[in-house]
Amino acid sequence: MRVLELEVNGDQVEVGAPDHWTLLEVLRYRLGLYGSKQGCDKGDCGACTVLLDGEPVIACLTLAALCEGRRITTIEGLAPAHVRAGGRGPDPVQDAFDRCGALQCGFCQPGMMLSAWALLADNPTPTRGEINAALSGNLCRCTGYTQIVEAVELAIAEATGATPARPHWAKHESTPPKPASVDGREASR
Amino acid sequence: MLLPATLEEAVTALDKESTEPANEQKTRILAGGQDLLPELKDHLAEPETVVNVKGVAELGTDVRRSGDGFEIGALATIAALARNADVPAVLSEAAASIASPQVRTLATVAGNLCQRPRCWYYRSEHTVCLKKGGDECFAYAGLNKYNAILGGGPSYIVHPSDLAPALVALDAEVVTDRRTIAIGDFFTLPSESDPTRENVLGPDEIIREVAFTVAPGWRSVYVKFKERESFDFALSAVALALRLDGDEIAEARLVLGGVAPTPWRCRSTEELLRGRKIDDALAHEAGEDALGGAEPLEFNGYKIPLTKALIAKALRKLS
Ligand SMILES: Cc1cc2nc3c(=O)[nH]c(=O)nc-3n(C[C@@H](O)[C@@H](O)[C@H](O)COP(=O)(O)OP(=O)(O)OC[C@H]3O[C@@H](n4cnc5c(N)ncnc54)[C@H](O)[C@@H]3O)c2cc1C
Ligand code: FES
Ligand code: FES
Repeated sequence: MRVLELEVNGDQVEVGAPDHWTLLEVLRYRLGLYGSKQGCDKGDCGACTVLLDGEPVIACLTLAALCEGRRITTIEGLAPAHVRAGGRGPDPVQDAFDRCGALQCGFCQPGMMLSAWALLADNPTPTRGEINAALSGNLCRCTGYTQIVEAVELAIAEATGATPARPHWAKHESTPPKPASVDGREASR
Repeated sequence: MLLPATLEEAVTALDKESTEPANEQKTRILAGGQDLLPELKDHLAEPETVVNVKGVAELGTDVRRSGDGFEIGALATIAALARNADVPAVLSEAAASIASPQVRTLATVAGNLCQRPRCWYYRSEHTVCLKKGGDECFAYAGLNKYNAILGGGPSYIVHPSDLAPALVALDAEVVTDRRTIAIGDFFTLPSESDPTRENVLGPDEIIREVAFTVAPGWRSVYVKFKERESFDFALSAVALALRLDGDEIAEARLVLGGVAPTPWRCRSTEELLRGRKIDDALAHEAGEDALGGAEPLEFNGYKIPLTKALIAKALRKLS
């Protein structure tokens, strides 16, 4: 056992965990943060993706002991960080995924959105090729990826004030509908 | 798990008397863990002690220019190398082709060179193949689609590292806690020495950095072919560095990845390229020469035309 001091979603936490535990095990089984999913448990699927100092890592292959003194962001941390930064409602990337219908079973989504989030933090106007490359470590078995890429493009368009591209399925509308309210509040931004 | 603060402490913590097959060593070095963790999870490695080198002061994390070349710390990440626009193209392209963005964030340069084979007989918990101290390479007569066509025997693994062929093409040196090894002498064929190991490192030896010089006029490229678009190990890869004199090749280094138990340097083909202009005829000749000695197994013959095509593509990219 080892006592680890970690910064998770802006909070300082102290957890006891065996030496060989991965970050994914600590997040799920010590901190109750079940948003990070365990798929393959060997680096192939990206469902466990979290951010370490803002960079995406595979939590199932990251030894928790390597994370001391570093900043960890999980999917649970995105919306609160957005609100702390003065935004309203969900994080814009989450919001865009929601409105584009970029999910079916949802298992890949936390990892997918964190990879997208890290890309946009680093490069606010990526090309479609760059989006594909940034999401190449996140497997989705349901959607076929089209709506996922469109969601990232919608988030980019809204952040830069550009007109979002017409999603492939939209026959009558040029942008996916924006809900009037989220949890009774006005939609984000 | 130990967290030594100095190289000396780290070396002392490792078992220097180890004579077991490499995967059964009682002490193992951990850098980014992107290969050791999968080995631990699959019970391929069950060390008593893991020596986590992240805090070792002498192990750099930088990709540094030094004189007319570069020094790359053992703990430099593949992500940093992939983003580096100064290093020769063959190296940043090889780095960018490795795994997924998430794996590249933590994966290190030394860990990449020392990663263990991906052959599924080695990776299966249930087989004791030659690589694990057994007495048979099951790939030889088994399912060998991903195995070696060059330099195989008695084990037919292919070396999985993408940095390895690139660094051979740059004629790099591997600097350890005790010596400097020319990269051409670093990797070992299973026929040359202990078939459970892929390199000459002793069981308590630690890579400090990788260094190489860059002479003026050289250009380079890494061409990798993988089975799927997103990310994968190489089915075959070509690292090519050339010095052109006008439109003639003055010097060449041609190294294949994914086809042999070590990065495979093609010296006779390098000679053949010297003094010639790059055209379709030369690309064809180079491919024939480089693959002339190939001995495919039952299911991997496709690697011969594939690798010839990659050699032609690499030459065209540098023309
Ligand atoms: C999903 C996935 C896909 C991958 N795809 C690719 C790919 O396409 N191409 C590729 O090349 N690789 C690939 N890899 C392998 C990847 O693990 C390595 O590329 C990575 O660089 C290993 O570095 P690490 O620091 O994480 O090594 P670790 O796992 O920490 O160590 C790997 C080995 O090196 C030894 N070691 C580490 N540091 C030192 C040192 N300083 N001195 C001596 N020995 C040392 C360790 O003891 C261990 O045996 C992939 C891995 C995964 C999980
Ligand atoms: S669960 Fe970590 S990559 Fe699949
Ligand atoms: S929505 Fe089911 S895996 Fe992506």
